[in-house]
Amino acid sequence: MYRYDQFDAQIVRERVAQFRGQVARRLSGDLLEDEFKPLRLQNGVYLQLHAYMLRIAIPYGQLSPRQLRRLAEIARDYDKGYGHFTTRQNIQFNWVALKDIPDVLEKLAEVEMHAIQTSGNCIRNTTTDHYAGAAQDEVLDPRAWCEIIRQWSTFHPEFAFLPRKFKIAVTAAEHDRAAIRVHDVGLHIRKRGDEVGFEVHVGGGQGRTPHIAALVNPFVPEDRILDYLEAIMRVYNRYGRRDNKYKARIKILVSELGEAEYIRQVEEEFAAQRPDEKIDLPAEEIARIHAYFAPPPLAEKSAGSKLLDAAKVADPAFARWTRTNLHPHKTPGYASVTVSLKPLGVAPGDATDAQMEVVADLAEQYGYGDIRVSHAQNLILPHVALDDLPAVYAALDAAGLGAANESRITDMIVCPGLDFCNLANARSIPVALEVQKIFADPAYEEDIGKLHINVSGCINACGHHHVGHIGILGVDRKGEEFYQILLGGRADEKAALGEIVGPGLRADDVPGAIHRVVEYYRAQRTSPAEKFIDTLERLGHQPFQDALYAAD
Amino acid sequence: MPLIKNGEEIANDWMFVADGSALPDHTKVTVSVGRFLALKAAQGNEPGPKGVRLSPEDDPAALEPYLAGLSLIEVAFPKYTDGRGYSQAQLLRRRLGYSGELRAVGHVLRDQIFYMHRSGFDAYETARATVSQVLEALAEFTVAYQPAASSPAAVFRKRHGA
Repeated sequence: MYRYDQFDAQIVRERVAQFRGQVARRLSGDLLEDEFKPLRLQNGVYLQLHAYMLRIAIPYGQLSPRQLRRLAEIARDYDKGYGHFTTRQNIQFNWVALKDIPDVLEKLAEVEMHAIQTSGNCIRNTTTDHYAGAAQDEVLDPRAWCEIIRQWSTFHPEFAFLPRKFKIAVTAAEHDRAAIRVHDVGLHIRKRGDEVGFEVHVGGGQGRTPHIAALVNPFVPEDRILDYLEAIMRVYNRYGRRDNKYKARIKILVSELGEAEYIRQVEEEFAAQRPDEKIDLPAEEIARIHAYFAPPPLAEKSAGSKLLDAAKVADPAFARWTRTNLHPHKTPGYASVTVSLKPLGVAPGDATDAQMEVVADLAEQYGYGDIRVSHAQNLILPHVALDDLPAVYAALDAAGLGAANESRITDMIVCPGLDFCNLANARSIPVALEVQKIFADPAYEEDIGKLHINVSGCINACGHHHVGHIGILGVDRKGEEFYQILLGGRADEKAALGEIVGPGLRADDVPGAIHRVVEYYRAQRTSPAEKFIDTLERLGHQPFQDALYAAD
Repeated sequence: MPLIKNGEEIANDWMFVADGSALPDHTKVTVSVGRFLALKAAQGNEPGPKGVRLSPEDDPAALEPYLAGLSLIEVAFPKYTDGRGYSQAQLLRRRLGYSGELRAVGHVLRDQIFYMHRSGFDAYETARATVSQVLEALAEFTVAYQPAASSPAAVFRKRHGA
């Protein structure tokens, strides 16, 4: 993974000192809250319902064991013993005191971490495929380019006060696990012969007006991608709407201008760059950063594992976990492991300090020191030998991390909702936990197959309800929580927005309604191999909608 | 309102003349882009204002033919959260080659000044920051990742000996 050199370390140190000064000026009253707000936001500090929340950047979702242990320590010393992993591959702490935040940032800086630009109207953490560097279907490892984008976008002087927040996602695999089409900018790394370039999508997003991104350029050569991003950002900074925060995202600019005109403006700005405006990243610098992402020194293995096969026979629960929570690795004899943060009855994405330490230990012992956070709010050990899976599973299971539900119905993406967030209209965690209970039998859940349920507590859509196969959206109606159900969303390379099927349901009615939809699918699928989303596409939404509203 | 340039407070001997108000005899005034262009169209080469003030929605490229004759461009920040002025500054300095004074006016706060400096501003008219605070803000970062209109140079150049 990337390691800081003297310059990276210097920037983060200077940031800690700067923020310490800003907090001191705020506490002394020299800085007005209104003036402090954008400054604290650009350092990930939100004022939530009960306390300040600190969101820490995990660039493209990668952590070392040392970093994860440091997060565990912060959870223990400054929070209530847990942290919440987010859909943008970051972590947030909900109970940190403002006066302690500079100290927390200093502790983060010691392990090459920060909270820079994790909020505010600036370029946020660049996200990517959580199997990057391990996936069979990637043309190259996208993390080096994510790091290059991270550096370029950090404290970019021109783009710190954009009309609205700005999110970039990168994938290099045919199967899009980074949801690039619902980001402000989605980049798909492609190869034309030996040439590497970026397919550029702009203007995707969720929130109250969801959009699938427009394809703006099919191939920007890699040595020009930062210049192209500068053109995209400048057009947005100059012409994005600033009169209404709900119309300020780049998706609205693209849709109001029309794709053709928007593309013309970006291409015009790109073409107008003078030679001395170009970011001529030296080839040595590109090579320097790529070198940090060299594949780990995996010991040579045969494709199968007798140890694994024997353990599967001995323990059906382990066998099930190997069927659900492993992803094929590009190297024979290895797999990528999903550590599910969605056990029954726990707020999705939460991990305790002790659990973080268990995962850090396992990564060190069995996983080449590599840990990822997925946008589905799970942790990943990308490189584990098949022979080591029984030991890894035993340790995870003992720590309450053995749920066999990756991409299954209980592996829900859920925002914090009204329990924590001052934007929310409804609670999202309790309704998710009630739905989980219906599908608590692991055999039943495995039979249902891959099915994404995403839950948001308001139309800002932090729980990605627009792109769940089944979406659940909490709304407030005259002081009572109701839940609207959406069908047919997806975030992958066939990205689509779910449609609201009809009137909202009371919280108590949601689990039964979802259960009827799932049972309808099981009755109608051509075989267990036909996924929920495929049956839904084949039959259309109407019969599923009828099932949803059928009386028990 | 204090005006800070090159690390010290200086006297402001310029004045902004709003549209509709009469212009004084001297040329040390800034006017809106619209008025400036109208005067140029009407007066040709006669001396006119030597300064102009950009609003966030103005396109700096409209000034391109006249930049050599301008001594001061003010960029207005009606609200400090409106970041359009940073793009205007970068365009003036890097694309259009303007080398006169570039002054941030309006809601100019201490914690924006480092970004303003890097975007090409060299003067700050601010009621919310003292000279020492401005100097402190300018010194907060000694390293920067990306090229911009002014120092520090991008770190990738330093890494490779440029």
